This record gives sequence, C-alpha cells and structure tokens, in this order.
Amino acid sequence: MSGISYKSKGSILNPLKNLAFLGRGSVTEPLEPREASANYRGFHVNDWELCIGCSTCQKVCDNAAITMVKIPGLPEDPVKGVRNERPAIDYGRCCWCGLCVDICPTGSLALSREYVHTCREDELDSYFVLPDPNGIHGHYFPKGWDKSVDADLVDLERQPMTEMESGERIGSFAEIVAGYSDQQAIIEASRCVQCGMCHDSCPTHMHAPEYIRAIWEGNLDEAVRQIYRTNPFSHICGRVCTRRCETACSIGRRGDPVAIRWLKRYAMDSVSDERVREIAAEGKVDYLTGRKVAVIGAGPAGLTAAFDLVKKGHEVTVYEALEKAGGMTRYGIPEYRLPYDRLDADVAVITSLGVGIRYNTRVGRDVTMQQLQQEYDAVLIALGLQMGRSTRIPGSDHENVRRSVELLRMITEGEKFDIPDSAVVIGGGNVAMDIARSLARLQRQAYGEVRVTVVALEDFDHFLADPEEVKEAREEGVEILDSRGPKGCVIDGQGELQGLKTLGVLSIFDEKGRFAPSYDESDEQFHPGHMVIEAIGQMTDTALLGDKLTEQLEWNRGRLRVDEEGHTSVSWLWAAGDMVTGPDVVHAVADGHRVAASIDSTLAD
Amino acid sequence: MRPENYQAVNHPPSNEYELNFGPNHPGIEGNYAFKVKLNGDRVLEARADGGYLHRGFEKLMEGRLWIQNIALVPRICVPDPVPMEVCYALAIEELCGLEVPERAQWIRVMQLEMSRVAAHLFAFGGHAATTGMYTPMFWGIADRDLILDRFEELTGGRVYHIYNIPGGVRRDLPEGYLGRLSGLLDYLESRLPDYDNLFFTNQVFVRRARDVGTMTQAQALKWGVTGPNLRATGLALDVRRDDPYLVYGRLEFDVPTEAGGDALARNLVRRSELQQSIHILRQVIDRLPEIDGPIRCPIPNPLAWNVPAGEAYTRVESSKGELAYYVVSTGGGKPYRVHVRGPSSMHAVQVLERLAVGSRLEDIAQIMFSLDACPPEVDR
Repeated sequence: MSGISYKSKGSILNPLKNLAFLGRGSVTEPLEPREASANYRGFHVNDWELCIGCSTCQKVCDNAAITMVKIPGLPEDPVKGVRNERPAIDYGRCCWCGLCVDICPTGSLALSREYVHTCREDELDSYFVLPDPNGIHGHYFPKGWDKSVDADLVDLERQPMTEMESGERIGSFAEIVAGYSDQQAIIEASRCVQCGMCHDSCPTHMHAPEYIRAIWEGNLDEAVRQIYRTNPFSHICGRVCTRRCETACSIGRRGDPVAIRWLKRYAMDSVSDERVREIAAEGKVDYLTGRKVAVIGAGPAGLTAAFDLVKKGHEVTVYEALEKAGGMTRYGIPEYRLPYDRLDADVAVITSLGVGIRYNTRVGRDVTMQQLQQEYDAVLIALGLQMGRSTRIPGSDHENVRRSVELLRMITEGEKFDIPDSAVVIGGGNVAMDIARSLARLQRQAYGEVRVTVVALEDFDHFLADPEEVKEAREEGVEILDSRGPKGCVIDGQGELQGLKTLGVLSIFDEKGRFAPSYDESDEQFHPGHMVIEAIGQMTDTALLGDKLTEQLEWNRGRLRVDEEGHTSVSWLWAAGDMVTGPDVVHAVADGHRVAASIDSTLAD
Repeated sequence: MRPENYQAVNHPPSNEYELNFGPNHPGIEGNYAFKVKLNGDRVLEARADGGYLHRGFEKLMEGRLWIQNIALVPRICVPDPVPMEVCYALAIEELCGLEVPERAQWIRVMQLEMSRVAAHLFAFGGHAATTGMYTPMFWGIADRDLILDRFEELTGGRVYHIYNIPGGVRRDLPEGYLGRLSGLLDYLESRLPDYDNLFFTNQVFVRRARDVGTMTQAQALKWGVTGPNLRATGLALDVRRDDPYLVYGRLEFDVPTEAGGDALARNLVRRSELQQSIHILRQVIDRLPEIDGPIRCPIPNPLAWNVPAGEAYTRVESSKGELAYYVVSTGGGKPYRVHVRGPSSMHAVQVLERLAVGSRLEDIAQIMFSLDACPPEVDR
C-alpha cells in the first residue's frame, strides 16, 4: 500500500510512464497443446487386466456418466470375482471430479494428462468412450490423477474379530469366535461398495449386498429377510461357510475383503429365534397342494429342499437315520466351530413351517425305498458323504486305525472311546484339522498335554485346509507336517499300534493331472501314535437303494448320475447335496433349492 | 429473461421507457438481466432478473450423496470456487465431528487465499472493461491464469478444483510446490505498481468511478452487504478475523477499509486485499513445511455414509463477502437441505436495485462489477 495515493490527481506527466512499455513486445504463446500437470484430471485410462468390472465407479459417479459395457472377449469368472464388463464414459456428462478413481477397488482406473478431443458433426457419439490403457484415442499419455494413499476412498482394513486365546480355547469345545459387536458390524458393513461380486460367486446366490446394507442401516429384520431369501442354514453358513463371496469381494483386491460371513452371523445372532421363524415363514402359501414328498437325510441339502417345498404347500417328510438333524454339519463339524444350539435353531425354523422329521429311521432298514415310492409323489435322496475313505496302506485294518468322520460323529454323540495319548492324522483338509483339534481338546482334558501329528500330502503352498485352521491348530499344539505320504502303520509284536511311517512326497499328480503320488523312498519318518486317523475324503453309502433300484439308476464313476436339476434317471427320484456336488454346506443349500424347484415343477404338471 | 418480462404493455404516453439490460450484454455478468425504467438516461427503477441461469444447485444437492456434492459446489461461483468447497466441507465436518488434520487446514487456507487473489484479479479486470479499459482486463485474466497453473498442479483442475473433501484435502503438495508458489507471489507483487499506474490511480478510472453507486455504512448494514463492499463503507468486518476458521487465528493480516462507499472505494479495498492475501500466502509458505502429518482424517465409505442428524451453519470469507452453508441432515445418505448464503444474492438484487436508482444507464454495468456480484451465486 505504501507510497500509493489513490486520492491525488497525479502529475500531468503520468501518461509518460507508459513509455516504459515501449520496449516490451507482446507475449505470444505457441498454439500447440500444452503439457498438463502431473495430477491432471484429463480423459480416463483403464487397465483392463486389473479392472474386474465391479461397477463401483458407476455408483459413485455424480453425473451418471459411467455405463458398464459387456465385452464378450474378456474373461468372466464369478468365482474369482471377475466380470467381463468395463466402464464406458459419457463425456457429455463427466465432470472430471475423479471420485471414480479414488473409489476404484482395484486401482485400475485413472485420469490421464490427455485433454484434447474434437469431433466432426457426424461423430457426435465419439464423446461416449470406452477407455482402455491407451486412453480414448489410442495414443499413450502419462497418467494424471491416479490412485493415491491420500485420496483412496476404500477402507482396506477389516474389523478385527475377537477370538479366544489358544490356551483358553484348548480347554473346552466352546465356540472360539466371539462375533461382532453392534458397532463393529456397522463399521464392517459400511465398507461394502455394493458391487455384488459376492452374490455372483455364492453357489446359492445369497443377497449379500442387500443384507450388508440392511445391517449398516441397523435394520436387522430386513437383513434376516434378505438372508432367508436364499439360505435357510444361515446360522451354519454364518459360521462355517467356505465363503466364496469373500474370495470374490472387490475390496479384497487390494485389502481385506468385507467379512461377509461374520456379518451374516451377526445378523442371525442379533435377531431372536422367534422373529427369525416369523420372517422365514413369510411367503409361505396358505393352502396345501395335496402332494407328498419324502426326503432322505436331514442335512443342509435335504432340509433346504424341504423348506422350499413346504413353503410351496407340499407335505414333506424327512427320514433321518441318526438321532438329530443337521447331517454332516452336526456330526462332522466340531462344536467349537459350530455350536449345536445354533444348528438346532436353523433346524427349528424349518420344522416350524411344518416339515416333519422322522429321526432314527434308516431307509433300507426301517422303511424301504419301495414303500416310499408307493407312499409319496416324489422322493429326494440327500445322503451326504458319511463314509470315510481308507488309505489301504499296510496295517490300516488295525482296530486303532479310524476314520475321521466316524470319530467326529462319536464325539458329537458323546459316545465313549479310548482317547489315545498320541495320535497321527493322515490328511491336509479341514476335516483333518477338525479331528486333530478335537482330539487335542480331548487329550488335554484326559492327559493334560497334546500329542497330535498331522501328515499331509500337499506342501504348505498348496494346502487344502484354511490358513486360519492351520494357524489355530498349531497354536493349540498340533504338529503339522507337509509333503508326507503314508507308507504303513507300525504294529508291534503284541499287536499294538505304535505309529505311522511316512515318505517324503515328490509329486502328487502325474503328467496327465491324475492323482498318483510318487514318494522319495529314502526320506522315511516315523510318527509315534497309538491311534492313526484317516481324513482323506468321504464317500456315500448307497446300500439303502437296494439292488433293484441300483440297477435301474444310471451311475457315473460310482456317483449317481443326475441331470442339471438333480433329477435321476428314475422319474420319482431326485438326488442332492454332498453326494452330488461334493462336500460343502453352501453348495448343498444351493443344490437343495435347485432340486426343490425341479420337484415342484414336476409335481405341478 | 423470464416470459412475463416480454409481455407487451400499453403504456400511456410518457417520457419514461423500459429497457431490458441483459441477458446478452457485455456489461452484465453471466446471464443476469435488469429491467430498467428510464427517463432519458436516468434510472428511475431497476428490477433484477436471474433469468435462465437457475441451475438449482440446492435442490440438486438433496438428490446426491454427501460426497458427490463436492463436485457440484464449486460450480456455484466459478471465479472463486474454493470457499464453496471449504464451506461445504466444514459443514459436514461439523455434523460428523470430524477433526481436520492441521496440515490440511493450512493447505485449505493457502487455496482460499490463492482463490481470493485470482477472483480479485478477475473482478477489477471486469470493472475496467465496463469503463472501456480493456488492457487491465487482459492483464488481470492473464495473471489469474498463472494462479490457475498452480491450482492445476495442486488439484488436477484449473477452474473446478474439487480438491477439498470432508475431512481434509485430496492430495498432498507436489514436490517443490511452495517454491513455485513463492515465485508466483514475487511476480504478482512486482505487477502491483503496474496495475496501480494502469488502473487504480489512473484518473480515467478514478474520475469515472468516484461517487458512482454510493452507499452509506448504515445502508450497507441494512441491506446485508458483506465483504469488500461493506469494508468500502469504512466498517472493518471480516469473518477471517472476527470468527476465525481453520488457522486464520494464527495468521497476521490487516482488514483494509475505505470510507467512500462508492465504486472506486470498493475497487481500492480489493486492491489492498490483493496485497494482504499475498502477505497471508507468504506466512503459509513459511509455516507449512514444518507441519507434517496426514492431509485427511479417516472418512467412511462414501457409498455408505450417513451424516448424523442435525444442522450446521458454517461461514467463510469469500472474495465477494460472507459465504455460508446451512446444511440439514436427517441422518441419511444425502443432505435433507442445503442452503447457500451467497453474498452476491444481496449484492446483485437488493443492493443493485437500489443503487441503480438515480444513476445513469451507463453506470449500471460499473456498479454491478464494482459490487463483484456473481450471478450463479444469486440464483442457486
């Protein structure tokens, strides 16, 4: 301000000051595109390799400028969470705010430093562009506004789950995972970007985006309603599901996937059992069709089918050989992972709708298939995989060489057996972990120490069991050895089982990809154990079908052949569940729905 | 121009006549218009008309997610967009109880002052053009462009920065940024004497603007005038000093005033503020390197962000005057109501309608530019 007076009229010579400008030329800028700054928000570029077509950019766009376009040549895999859609930008609407870049879960989308686009009159649609890594004109421009840690709008960190410490949990079969608090669940649910990758990847296509949004809104009744649209075994799936949804979750591309399984569990645990039954009954028809369906096996597949059929007005009777319902989820999964009362709650919902379950009724012994055929309009067999496979190594016929499924069932039923002071488990899947950890708990109770060894064919890079299971088993004192193949059980002169000999694994599959493990004979180890447990897979016992029916049916390598809807080659008989799809709860649920729809449409004809 | 203004009216014979001043007129900002009643070239009455400018910002905001509005708000005032972004962000931060990291607060102050300098250069250039002096306009716009270069470097956008987000800002400073900004300030300071000679002390301008559109302090207060227009009536009111937000409380600056209350005084206040803003920016350049830390506090997923129910009124000092946002949330994912208290809505309607009466037709444009009214801010 100093030295300037606005009020004075100034000197008469003032205009002469302009002489100072005489020597200055005018400034001319060259007429060529100027380079944009390093942060510039120009036209989009999209790395198609990285992009999964999740459409989150479309959701955040404030001007609805983004359309997801199907590109038929690109790979599509719902299980891996990849869609063959890529964002196309309408530059008549785009405002270059860059929110699409900041929220992109994969980090594939960026804005480049390219900013010039003109078109002739007949090219007006050239403002609708499908950006690829080379930008909108195929000329490379460096990236401008790109994903940065500062501006990232995706929350990459999952809410931690409270779990019992290893020292505490080994003492009992109490549930390990505590579940989310209200606050944690809302924060975790708020991480979801509603892309629906989880829905696509789920075998039964659960409406996860909808129930997660409902949890975030605090509307837990609605969450349960959304859950029951596709899954009547939600207490179970909220705890032990193999959660393909989380593998597909787009947030998981750069961070922790949304804890979809724990959120489902939270919703189910937060609503009272009575209210869940009311919600589950919504949509049940108020008439009876007069058709009768028999279901053999009260596991997830059979009961899901029963749930669907009873809601459609059919009369459903379930035949269960054992004392309680749940199938392998009850008799195969230890209580510390899946408490029985939650399983009972799931079953109670189904029985409350009018499904009758005849316990302790073994088909083939107490009632024959022929009787069922005469009495019912349709029969569904959902037997599960209740027989353990044997390694058939020398000594495997010893009485202390047991199958994991048999032991797990005995533990559930409270049946007494001699708890071995040391044991070796053969197998590297989740069932091997289940039996190893169950035995560890029993040993701790009986002897105060844990001596369980697990030997698996696979190496740790290709391990079958969940990493958490392996970690927790180790914390509980279980020794896990990878790349070991069983050679034979060692039995001493008195006929007592002393342990297992294993060999180092060279390869598991032959060059044609068939299962044919080869071993290094020089690398032999001995693992002491007074019991050896085989946990290498299960199969179905189809003896109940009887010779005549077995002959009528079509088979495929020992498995019952069914069509896409679960219908066997015999008109009144359907099959579903693990015996058809392999061991997995959520697949069994999906199969139950599929078969129920097929039975329903057949009965309607 | 609204249809009702086109209706032919049969007037009795008179010396008075009506003239539509705008919407397509070089002396009018944006699509604004005046319907003036004249006797000779004396204005007897003036009616402001926002015309077809209306873009319905406030209503649009109710239909968008909280985060999506950050791309909308800078459009309310094109020449001075940063206060819009900051004020909206401050309102949400107040509702959500977000703590903006200190570094982000300093960066916000830096942008606010850069934006003020750019807006003032634009404003006096515009005023000069209404008096037939086009060189100051070219100079003002050319020098403003140099500030836009620095904005482009910082935010990725020249005009719409969309850089302030609830919780902080979206990017940290690029390497060596403050040095380049400092160089720009040196240049702008060296230009001030040129501007003075060319415009502010130029008798062609001084005599033309003196005693044009004069208002008294009492009138200004009654009509809701704020900012440089109020300070040109001798009252030193400035939100930055009187109700400090961000880190303004820790900065040294004067609140320049003039006594005249006319178009000249208003321009002189802006001229002084240019210098004050440069002074503030120099302080920011000195202090900012010492302040480390994040530039944004954690915010929820924008697609699942419910702002707690409540209302917030936040205000900042924009280049045009006191700018405020009144935001009401009912706890949902979108605003229930956003009201923008744009300073221009007072200046361009009630003040201008009154100041125009008694002035000459040729001065209407001058008065409008001296008030630095921004039409989109009037009709939000």
